[in-house]
Amino acid sequence: MVITTNQKSISLRNAEAIPIAEIPVLAYADFKAQVLTLLHFEKCHCVAYYAYPIAGGLKFIAAIADDSTARIEVLSHEQMGSGPFELEAISATVMAMHIYEREIAENYGVVFHDHPWAKPVRFAFNRHNQDMQVNDYPFYKIESDQLHEVGVGPIHAGVIEPGHFRFLCNGETVLHLEIQLGWQHRGIEQLYLDKSSMLQRAILSENIAGDTAVGHTTAFSILTESLVGINTQNAMLDLERCIALEWERIAMGIFDLSNLNIGIAYQLANSVFGALRTPVINFFQSWCGNRFGKSLIRPGGTNYPLTDQLVEKMKALLDDFEVRFDAMAKKTFHLPSVLNRFDGIGKVTKQQMMLIGAVGQSAKMAGLVRDIRSTHPIMTYEALKVLPEMQSGGDVLARFTLRRLEIVQSITLIRNLLDMRQYLYQESTAPMKQQEYKMKPNMFSLALIEGWRGEICHSAITDGEGNLKHYKVKDPSFHNWLALALSLRNLEISDFPINNKSYNLSYCGFDL
Amino acid sequence: MIIEEINILRQHGWQFIPDPLTAVVPAPFRGRPEIQDKVSLEVQQDLYDLCPVAAIGMNPLSIDLGKCYFCGECAMAHPQAIQFTNDHRLATNDRKRLIVAAGDTHGIELDPNKIRKEITAMFGRSLKLRQISAAGENSHEAELNACGNVNFDMGRYGIEFVASPRHADGIVITGPISQNMAEATEICYHAVPDPKIVVLVGSDAISGGIFAGSGALNRSFLDKVSIDLYVPGNPPHPLTFINGILALSRSRQ
Repeated sequence: MVITTNQKSISLRNAEAIPIAEIPVLAYADFKAQVLTLLHFEKCHCVAYYAYPIAGGLKFIAAIADDSTARIEVLSHEQMGSGPFELEAISATVMAMHIYEREIAENYGVVFHDHPWAKPVRFAFNRHNQDMQVNDYPFYKIESDQLHEVGVGPIHAGVIEPGHFRFLCNGETVLHLEIQLGWQHRGIEQLYLDKSSMLQRAILSENIAGDTAVGHTTAFSILTESLVGINTQNAMLDLERCIALEWERIAMGIFDLSNLNIGIAYQLANSVFGALRTPVINFFQSWCGNRFGKSLIRPGGTNYPLTDQLVEKMKALLDDFEVRFDAMAKKTFHLPSVLNRFDGIGKVTKQQMMLIGAVGQSAKMAGLVRDIRSTHPIMTYEALKVLPEMQSGGDVLARFTLRRLEIVQSITLIRNLLDMRQYLYQESTAPMKQQEYKMKPNMFSLALIEGWRGEICHSAITDGEGNLKHYKVKDPSFHNWLALALSLRNLEISDFPINNKSYNLSYCGFDL
Repeated sequence: MIIEEINILRQHGWQFIPDPLTAVVPAPFRGRPEIQDKVSLEVQQDLYDLCPVAAIGMNPLSIDLGKCYFCGECAMAHPQAIQFTNDHRLATNDRKRLIVAAGDTHGIELDPNKIRKEITAMFGRSLKLRQISAAGENSHEAELNACGNVNFDMGRYGIEFVASPRHADGIVITGPISQNMAEATEICYHAVPDPKIVVLVGSDAISGGIFAGSGALNRSFLDKVSIDLYVPGNPPHPLTFINGILALSRSRQ
């Protein structure tokens, strides 16, 4: 914890808890100016900006991550009175803030003047404006006799989650795609407060997005550990969590490769990559009894340590997987009919990704470095010194290629982790017991984890008794859906499916 | 070059599971639990308090698989009281049969008297399903997709997921059904021609799971229709789904 001299923000490490009183409270004009100053640099991006009710008003907290120093600047402002509050939108200057301000507006009725895209986010059940229902979303329209609209969803043709896509088309060409989400909203953040046991909250974390069970539950766990104040870090536990995160990255990367190939009707790669996914997720089952890694991650420790026997199995599996994966990948990535379908399709630029605040894969495929493993490392990632795999094309091919590179990188990282494991003599600890689950009162903490899609942010505030007062979840898809919309501009509408598959963003992670 | 493709095919060999009806899922997969008789009230209370999804009942000690997430924490805390077997056959058409009580060691089966005649008559050899993710968290959807992959190959039985409710013989719901998806779920159900079946996949769909009681849900649709199959799990294993749907659609002599 370092307090900057001018007291405009407090500087934290990833997953460092501090008393809420130590976060500087600024006047809104100063707050806005300071956020804009920080976000001026490419190395900085906002990882959280949310509001919560306090006695007599609302408190707003923002956290800006500085990728060059591995520190997170936290600052706040308060609005007292009964509202409705009216503020000058920060997103009028920095577009990436649009989604945070929209969420605050939706939840608390705060009006942001000059907001570039003031629309509902997810129609949360406890939203401020109950008159507006999910079917009332204000879509962007162009009045013209020559244009037509195509509406798809919320239920899609495949076995996937619901979302509504509205295409404004000129013939076959998409002028504008607007994505309306919220169909999956289950009230997750409120449930964190309603369900009081540690186990309930861990299970809730596993079910935010079932394809990122390890990512979200790791974020929840390290956040919980910081708030409880566990001082002795267990190196073996850290290492096993990193292995689980990389394993999830492989499992979902191979799923995406398979899925993209069915999008272009390349049956062989679809089947082979699909079949290769099976042993990967089956290993999760051998490890913890669930093919998605559910029940593996818990605050304080794990019920399923990675045994020597499992390590041998994992090594053998990786060797076999690598050979088969490599043969199929080489073939696929040299096939002109595959490359021709992906190359130059759905292109976005680094500039655009900066503008919308893209994170993770959606940033890295366009040349923007956003990878928490590298920039804000915790656990064994500090020792691993991960250099993110990058692409610059910004098209479907770049996203396709990035999946392949990340799978290869994750295999290497896991092997490195297994090598390091030989020199660790401690065993990973058992999970925290319910009676040990006592968080410190009046604290703030924020945890960042690089899930397979990108940066996952969990943040919590405790009250005077150490109970949860506010819990905030942010999936990388919170930012990245807009990237898909931008990809579709001036593209044939028939290219939508491969673009959607190439991003594979989370509906439930966004809707919460 | 075609040689490369042949090599890839050879590398992979035969991937498919020869008979999904007899395949076994190895431990530590957690399937049907078995509960001991004569568990003290104190331990029962402890288990009741521990269960994150209120699946455990007391006196006699029982687990409601329609609520259970198969997290295994109860068996971890009191292994002398509860053990999970690797029996993945968990699907049934009778909601009451999902409640496993102390002393129960029999497998979970469908009640043949509750299977409507038109189901076996019409869908015995071809069953097309429309999947509705009603706030499902995507691992359930992924497992349903896996049912059709080269390993499980549900298509060999003529069972498939189709793109339109108009082409379907029934709906398969995942997720606890959010308020925001309630209307779309109902519209989709009505778009499926009669006769049709309704299948609930996952404990979220069956009971609401960890989301039960959330103000963001609207499960009133389930009161209006009869449910033909419950497939418990978080998520259910593909073999659980395939075995359940076959038991429903095929009259086995």
